[in-house]
Amino acid sequence: MAKVRGAIVVDTVTCKGCSLCVESCPTDVIRLAAEVNAKGYNYAYMENPEACIGCANCAMVCPDSCITVYKVKVAEAV
Amino acid sequence: MALEVKDIIKPENLVYAKTKLLTERMLHYCPGCTHGVVNKLIAEVIDELNIQEDTIGVTPVGCSVLLYNYIEIDWHEAAHGRAPAVGTGIKRLRPEKYVFTYQGDGDLAAIGTAETIHACNRGENMLMVFINNGIYGMTGGQMAPTTLEGMKASTCPFGRDVEHDGNPLNMTSIVATLPGTCYVTRQAAHTAPAVRKLKKALRKAFENQKDKKGTSFIEVVATCSSGWKMNPVQSNKWMEANMFPIYPLGDIKDV
Repeated sequence: MAKVRGAIVVDTVTCKGCSLCVESCPTDVIRLAAEVNAKGYNYAYMENPEACIGCANCAMVCPDSCITVYKVKVAEAV
Repeated sequence: MALEVKDIIKPENLVYAKTKLLTERMLHYCPGCTHGVVNKLIAEVIDELNIQEDTIGVTPVGCSVLLYNYIEIDWHEAAHGRAPAVGTGIKRLRPEKYVFTYQGDGDLAAIGTAETIHACNRGENMLMVFINNGIYGMTGGQMAPTTLEGMKASTCPFGRDVEHDGNPLNMTSIVATLPGTCYVTRQAAHTAPAVRKLKKALRKAFENQKDKKGTSFIEVVATCSSGWKMNPVQSNKWMEANMFPIYPLGDIKDV
């Protein structure tokens, strides 16, 4: 059975750290960083990249359109 | 062998990216503002329908006044509340164009009530997007006609008192009773499923214009984290618990 792996890229310059993506993630991948960007916001990043399924929920709810989503099907190791 | 993140991030695996219709300019909205999501969805729908060259938007007065900086289409700025009147003029002169207005509750439901109701009653063949967060966000969180009973705002610090301030105005239910409207719906943009539904509604509204059906009216029940004095996540929860019972989601009219 094919397994799905995903990954997101957050534009840390435009991210405002609203954490709506953190709430929307079904697999608990995203967290807000302890560091801040130039505007002083704690930007989002992938805390558990292995769990990402590339569902794009985070990107859908992001008001600032700063998330890009990638998804790939991988064969399950036997 | 475990797949590295850098192996996934490749152009051929791309499933979602910011639409090219959105400009590079950083949105001026507060963190977590629903305006950003709706702006993005409008841009995506226009992109998907391939009507960038044929769409004219009318921006309001309010937080979304600078919307013309964010989507690469033709825009017209209207005086406070007069977006439906300006939209009517544009649509009548250029009936082949797709016209939409984008207004908040202070604009559409307060100073612009007359324009809104008459444009809907005439059945102007355009889309009206109504962002309802129950407060005047831009000017400092004053009470709006849509403010809920008991809800605190800077001009009703002890909560809205219906004896003194009247009842919340439900514009969407009002315009649904008018014969000119063809599609009236109330949506939200707080979760991914809600965002997908809202996008579908926006798409349908633009298609209604092509079919010359009449006025499409989409209310988006939204948050105002700064005005409500909550963080974006709390705002969404508060909206679900308090706004949705008064402004229930779903299609009200679909002819």
